[in-house]
Order: sequence, then structure tokens, then C-alpha cells
Amino acid sequence: MNRLRYPLFAALLGIGVWQIVIWATNAPHFILPSPWRVANTGYEYRSLIAQHALITATEVVVGLLIGAILGAITAVQLAAAPRVANLILPILVFTQAVPVFALAPILTLWFGYGMASKIVMAVLIIYFPVTSSFYDGLTRVTPALLDLAKTMGALDRQVMLRVKIPHALPSLGSGLKLAAVYAPIGAVIGEWVGSSQGLGYLMLLANGRAKIDLMFASLIALAVLTVTLHLLVSALVNRMNRMSHATPSA
Amino acid sequence: MTDAPGITLQGDYLIEQKPLFTGVDLTVPAGQWTCLLGRSGVGKSTILRLLLGLDTSGQFNGQVRANDDRAIGPRASYMAQSDLLLPWLNLRENVVLGARLRHEKPDLSKADTMIARVGLSAYATKKPGALSGGMRQRAALARTLMEDRPIALLDEPFSALDAGTRADMQDLAAEVLQGKTVLLVTHDPAEACRLGHQIALLTPAGIAPWELPDTAPIRSADDPQTLQAQAALLSYLRAVP
Ligand SMILES: Nc1ncnc2c1ncn2[C@@H]1O[C@H](COP(=O)(O)OP(=O)(O)OP(=O)(O)O)[C@@H](O)[C@H]1O
Ligand SMILES: [Mg+2]
Repeated sequence: MNRLRYPLFAALLGIGVWQIVIWATNAPHFILPSPWRVANTGYEYRSLIAQHALITATEVVVGLLIGAILGAITAVQLAAAPRVANLILPILVFTQAVPVFALAPILTLWFGYGMASKIVMAVLIIYFPVTSSFYDGLTRVTPALLDLAKTMGALDRQVMLRVKIPHALPSLGSGLKLAAVYAPIGAVIGEWVGSSQGLGYLMLLANGRAKIDLMFASLIALAVLTVTLHLLVSALVNRMNRMSHATPSA
Repeated sequence: MTDAPGITLQGDYLIEQKPLFTGVDLTVPAGQWTCLLGRSGVGKSTILRLLLGLDTSGQFNGQVRANDDRAIGPRASYMAQSDLLLPWLNLRENVVLGARLRHEKPDLSKADTMIARVGLSAYATKKPGALSGGMRQRAALARTLMEDRPIALLDEPFSALDAGTRADMQDLAAEVLQGKTVLLVTHDPAEACRLGHQIALLTPAGIAPWELPDTAPIRSADDPQTLQAQAALLSYLRAVP
């Protein structure tokens, strides 16, 4: 419970500031609804919001899993072949210069209006952070340790499996924590560009019908979803780190 | 594994064009213990790395060879100056690391015997983070002795131990490495005089040999000849550049 105290306090503070802004600016409720109105609307439309949140959550979780697996595999392959890595890494960095947002219409064209295009968006957005943080960990094993392995007549594959990967798990963990925050962005952008379900869709729909309360309620549902996912992934990663590294590595 | 070979290293070593040592001619006779001494930073660990064929930061001009002209690296076990235990493995898994990395079936009962002999049985399932510095050094020694190779290159393997434990570990290493070609880096004149068949002093100008009593190691600590050699070595070391 203690760990929740600060986040809860922060949330209350945010809501307080929100309310104060309304009092101070006298903003009409169709521009900036009060927290109370939004809460009411959220409750009223709870099953609609939940239904769309479930779609978005599915896209995000599936995207996260696929992106994490693809990223991890890429990182291991690159770390196993330094020459290839020197060639591929600059290309990977270059692809990051293309905003994923710009790809959304193309992905919708290719993968349709359903979940697939959103999952691909999420995968694309997290692939690089996962790959590059895991790769960093894999290539930052103390050289002395690799020398020792060499004198023992170690096989490259075993060094990867038993030294590099365990050493890099905490780095993979930080990549995954980032990915948990990025993945929903990808999914929602996908939904904005073209879909008939999901929180992104619901937000656009509510906006189009001037239901600003509902739009805010959907937005808050999305935020809660993202924070929950981040907390879950963090808990998982911390657990993994505790199991594999009893103490901080020397 | 066939008989232990003798090893020689001859040459100069430069770091950023500046010589670290020149005219070194080191001989490690087959099946004997040679103790390598010298001031901190003179290049002792570097020499071990050169013998093993590992990368070093400087440039070596010279040659390293075994007297049977076969490669040294694959026949040598190496104990580096730091313990290099993997923090995510327990002690027993660390001790069998070599076999694991070669994808061989580790000899766990031999590992347990070795762990017992370095006095760490109670810690076999503990991770390195839960061990003291000296315990970690003994774990690294056990890992090295598991490797059963004809050549052993040991970089200050007993430096973190109390006098009693150190003598025990020296006895253990001498027993397990009996008949193998051993190069032991040490800063301790007593250790060198106790364990060495011969002593080599590394200086920037080359290797200076040092006479040891005609007796065979392990020499008893209270033997007057050994004590005398030890005292003489100490004063010589203080005078060496
Ligand atoms: N990675 C490195 N990069 C640059 N210089 C290095 C590196 N490692 C060692 N040196 C230099 O090489 C020299 C010899 O180092 P080495 O470790 O062989 O000394 P040593 O005789 O083993 O010393 P000690 O008794 O303190 O262990 C040192 O003067 C050091 O400055
Ligand atoms: Mg050294």
C-alpha cells in the first residue's frame, strides 16, 4: 500500500489542478468538463468504455509480446554477429527517423481496419527500444569475463546463453518497461487512423458528436490502461532481476 | 592431455610507443612451479595474457612458445587477478562454469569435493554476492582447479586470504597442480620461497633470476634456508627499480 501512496497523491493533485483551472478560467463544460462530470459520464458509459478498452488492451498486449520477442531475437542475433551488427544498427537507427505516425495510413491499407494494423503499429513502435537496450546489455559484458570464457575453451553459443543473456536481462527489463508505455501510443494512433473499435476510436467518435465528457472519460481509461500495464511489466521485470541477480553485478 | 610442456616468452612490450619492459626472457620449465614477482604495474598480468594469447592494450614484439611447439592457450587454465564469478550463478554453478561453457556434462561430485577443499561447502548454493572477498577468491581457485589442464597460469591467487587459509590453499593448489607447468604471479616473498621451483623477477629491463634453496617445494616455513632466502628476496625487491 505504501508504494501506492505517492501515485495516489499525484493523481489527487492532478484532479485538484484540473478543477482549479475550471474555476479560474470559467471554461464551459463542452470545452473542459469538470472531473465530476467526467467521472459521472465514465460511470454511465462504463460498459461501452470497458468494451473498447478491452480491444485496445488486447492490441497493446499482443503488440508488446510480439515486439518484445522480435526485439529480443534481433538483439541476440546482432550481438552474435558483430560485423552484421555494424551494418544493421545504422539502418535501424535510420528507420527511427521515420515517424511511425506517418506509417499508420499505410499500415491500415496493408493490414486492414481490424486489430492487426494496430498490433503492427505497437510492434513497430517498441521494436527499436527493446532491441537497442537488450543489445547494449549483451555487448557490455566485462571483457575480462569473455577472456576467461575463451581460456576455458567456451563455445560462442554457450557464452551467449550463459553469460551474455543473463548479464543483459536487466537491460532488456528497462527496454520492456519503456515498451509498456510506448505500445499503447502505437495502438491508439492506429485506431485514430482507421478503425471501428478501441479507445482511440471511441475518443474520435465522442469528439465528433461533441460528447467531450465521454472523450475525457475514454482518455482517462487509456491512461489507466497504460499505467496498469507499466506497473505490471515493472513488477515482472523487478522480479526477474531479483531472481537472476541476487546482488547488483560487480 | 599429454605431459606438461615448458614455456618461454622473449621480447619487448610497448604501451603507446613507450616500453613497459624490454629484453624479457622468461622460461617456465615443464612440470614445475615458477613464481613471477615484480613491482605493481611492471607487467606481470600482461605476461600471463600474452602467454594465453589474449588481447592486450599494448604491442608485443617477440615470441611465446611451448617447447613442444603446440599452442599454449587451449592447454592452460587461467586464474585472473579478479574473481570473475557470475553474480547470477550460485557457487557450485560458478565452479563448473568451464564445463558448462564447453557444453560438456559437468562433474558435480568433483566440484563438490573441490568446494569442500577450499572450505566453502556451507556456501555451495549461495551466490557470490553473499560471499566475502577471500571466499570469492577461493571459489575462483576451485573453478580454476576444476579445469585440470597441463598448464596453470595463476595471477595472485591467494592475495585476499589470511595467513592460515593462504597456507591451506597453497597446499591444495600444489597438490592438485602436481606435475603441471605452473606460473604463479605473487607479491609475497614468503609465498614465492615456499612454492617456487624457481623465481623470476620482472623488471622494466628484463627478467632477473633469483636463487632458491636447493630443496624441493613445498618448503617448510620454519626452514632456516627458506627464511633466509625470503629475507634476502624482500630486501632485493625493495632495491629493484
Ligand atoms: N587496459 C589497459 N589499458 C591501458 N593500459 C593498461 C591496461 N591494462 C594494463 N595497462 C598498463 O599495463 C601496465 C602493466 O599492467 P599489468 O596489469 O600487467 O601490471 P601488473 O604487473 O600485473 O601489476 P599488479 O601487480 O598491480 O597487478 C600497467 O602499467 C598499466 O598501466
Ligand atoms: Mg597484475
